[in-house]
Amino acid sequence: MNYNWNWPVLITDPYFGWIVSGLGWTIAVASASWVIAFFLGSLIGIMRTTENRILLGIGTVYVEIFRNVPLLVQMFLWYFVFPELLPESAGNWVKRGIPLPEFWTAVVCLGTYTASRVAEQVRAGITSVSIGQRYAAKAMGLKPFQVYRYVLLPVGYRLIIPPMTSEFLGIFKNSSLALTIGVLELTAQTRQIEEYTFQGFEAFTTATVLYILVTFIVMTIMQIVEKRVAIPGMVSLRAK
Amino acid sequence: MFADFDFAVVIKSLPFLWEGMQLTLLLTILAIGGGLILGTILALCRLSPYKLLSFAAGSYVNFFRSMPLILVIFWFYFLVPLIVGRPVGGFYSVLVAFVMFEAAYYCEIMRAGIQSIRKSQVHAGQALGLTYQQNMRYIVLPQAFRNMIPILLTQAIVLFQDTSLVYVVGLHDFLVNAEIIANRDNRLIEMFTTVAIIYFVLCLSASLSVGALQRKYAK
Repeated sequence: MNYNWNWPVLITDPYFGWIVSGLGWTIAVASASWVIAFFLGSLIGIMRTTENRILLGIGTVYVEIFRNVPLLVQMFLWYFVFPELLPESAGNWVKRGIPLPEFWTAVVCLGTYTASRVAEQVRAGITSVSIGQRYAAKAMGLKPFQVYRYVLLPVGYRLIIPPMTSEFLGIFKNSSLALTIGVLELTAQTRQIEEYTFQGFEAFTTATVLYILVTFIVMTIMQIVEKRVAIPGMVSLRAK
Repeated sequence: MFADFDFAVVIKSLPFLWEGMQLTLLLTILAIGGGLILGTILALCRLSPYKLLSFAAGSYVNFFRSMPLILVIFWFYFLVPLIVGRPVGGFYSVLVAFVMFEAAYYCEIMRAGIQSIRKSQVHAGQALGLTYQQNMRYIVLPQAFRNMIPILLTQAIVLFQDTSLVYVVGLHDFLVNAEIIANRDNRLIEMFTTVAIIYFVLCLSASLSVGALQRKYAK
């Protein structure tokens, strides 16, 4: 195996700028989709724990659809098929009217996909709060909304901090799929550096190190958060 | 719009799609086999009393789990021909990437499986005079494997979906073949919708069967 090492290539112009902007786009895609994933996922997760059969059904169908189609296929559906299904003016607006159409398509795709996974975590969190607490809350005369707002959710969300952290890391890694529709995020940029310079080792090592670094930072922060918000005397799922 | 949805294009393309599906299935099966073997070895290493071995296996798992699969595919697509010293074709590079990547996930599943076996089983094996290897081979692993079947199958479904990522290196799998026709005939809506529906039906029926299996085991 002969290979010409050339680490300094990474800090030369324009490659250094590519890496920085790639990392920026990765973080932007991941954070924006997380907002969708978190709120939509929570809504659907909560729907799946209610006693209303229609809400229950909608939640189940949503989760099954998004879980059983490969993410890449979903990406193509959002990018190529979705604008065609809209009325013509709306379709054209999605394709050309909005700024950064690729970015927003990737965000919506990753957000709705991860929402189905977040929903499962939220549901698991709520159902692992003992049923007695739900009854107790009802017995105290709380309305259904209040039962969730003051009893089930505060406890449920604390329980699922570890799995939610890995869902966030999942969205962060999956954001690399945005490269298939032309978002130049971290993986795409390092791939491009490899193609321009043939320095694949250096380029991919950079990407790998950056991904691991972000993973490490997120996990450290979330461990601190988990300790901070822990309710004294309650066992977290991690400790079990 | 769906008004001019052209079924003829879909029907005509079925043989070509089936060719792609064969590659998808082949890749899935080989990656499951390789990933399971490597993953089990890693799990044994992770649980080994030798600190160095368990640390190495643990690092391997954490390393691969913090990387996106696409990056792993690019790594091996670039690396494998360099190590072998000659072009090997995309399929083998991608296969190595999938085996290495999935092994990290299978390792965690098998580790949980091995840990779910009661200590008394291991002790009984030792009392019978079995060596460590025999104990693993005849007592622990078969039970661990059986306990983990539903989770292993679920992971297999995930892997089946993940193989669509070979798109990034242009292997002719199910999705890429569909895309080729979509671009050739300018029938993006028909082809991508068909692909999505086929994936959905396959994965949903697989995961429903796994659920049924799980309930049967739980009884």
